Amino acid sequence: MALPQAIKAGLPCMNLLRMTAVPILEQLYLEERLLRSSAENWCIINHGTSLPTIVMGISGRPSELVELKPVLRDQIPVIRRFSGGGTVIIDNGTLFVSLICNKNAIPGLQPYPHPIMSWTGQLYGQVLCEFGDFHLRENDYAFNSHKFGGNAQSIIKDRWIHHTSFLWDYDARNMEYLKLPSRAPKYRSARSHVEFLCRMKDYVPSRTSFIEGTIKSLGGHFSIRPFDLDELGSLSSSLSGSTKLLTRQELEEACTSQCVAVR
Amino acid sequence: MASRLMWASQAASFLRISLFSRAFSTVIKDLKYSDTHEWAKVDGSSVTIGITDHAQDHLGDVVYVELPEVGANAKQGKNFGSVESVKATSDVNSPVSGEIVEVNSELNGSPGLINGSPFEKGWIIKVKMSDAGELNSLMDSEQYSKFCEEEDAKH
Repeated sequence: MALPQAIKAGLPCMNLLRMTAVPILEQLYLEERLLRSSAENWCIINHGTSLPTIVMGISGRPSELVELKPVLRDQIPVIRRFSGGGTVIIDNGTLFVSLICNKNAIPGLQPYPHPIMSWTGQLYGQVLCEFGDFHLRENDYAFNSHKFGGNAQSIIKDRWIHHTSFLWDYDARNMEYLKLPSRAPKYRSARSHVEFLCRMKDYVPSRTSFIEGTIKSLGGHFSIRPFDLDELGSLSSSLSGSTKLLTRQELEEACTSQCVAVR
Repeated sequence: MASRLMWASQAASFLRISLFSRAFSTVIKDLKYSDTHEWAKVDGSSVTIGITDHAQDHLGDVVYVELPEVGANAKQGKNFGSVESVKATSDVNSPVSGEIVEVNSELNGSPGLINGSPFEKGWIIKVKMSDAGELNSLMDSEQYSKFCEEEDAKH
């Protein structure tokens, strides 16, 4: 058993779980489980995901958000996650960082969407401002006006999660699977996916420098304790929560309704 | 500013609503309130439930409401559904236990009713209460106003 790091006086503990290429569905099941069943603070970092996958927010409708014919043709998985927010297509160039906190973990932080968005924006701003003109633009992380990080949250009685998909790199061809969303931030200004997004690797020297910087930034608020995936035990098993992989039948029905709407 | 507050206070008294001066969130007298910002309107054993003006103001524009099934059981202090606003889903917790006998299906097409009319058209569920004694653990309007002021003052 690894010796725990010295607890920083007065700071709450945060468990740091680092993973590589864990499928996003598994990651989301784990996060939902930790949010609802654990009483501890967590930082989960996952480098990439094995297959290109579309992930919608809780209210996402595939007929409105996804180009269903190519998705069905190419058998791209479509997931509806438990948190709010928009639709992303993720692949092995995506970097995930998720923060799960008790509502009293950060003194003075109200457990509502805007305060949490602002606080996490400052956390990442500390890390990224030296690499580019970092902004929290509406609810996205951007260099100038180009988005590289998408955020989503879920807030329950005494805890919250703020999770981010960072575009370390991405395959522009995958963007063809997504429609332009009807609900988009104003700063997007009707730009296409490719014109709107940027890659972190064009700004930040390495994934390691970003991850280590983030952990250091978190260390100003928490006492970080490395945690192994195999220590999770029963917490790592799937939960009958809100996160759902859509079936082929559901996607086909959505495709039918999409075709009818077009006619 | 002082005359505006005095006018507001007189109007509030006439309309049987409370205002707390800092945020001007509305609190309705005669309702009961939970510490997770839900309200309960009691009518015999039937209780109508929604989220407060304070809650909708802090959440932002509601774009989606996850409603429970009619017939499901609600438990005091436990979530029965959620609302989506900004990029967040936020649990809505029941102030009382009992069977959910009605849900506000208008919220499917018009989730913004929660923002525009949190205490009336934005109601979320109706519950047939199983234990009226649970009402004793809820706050009245004055206690809730004070609770909100104290919560906002801490941050």
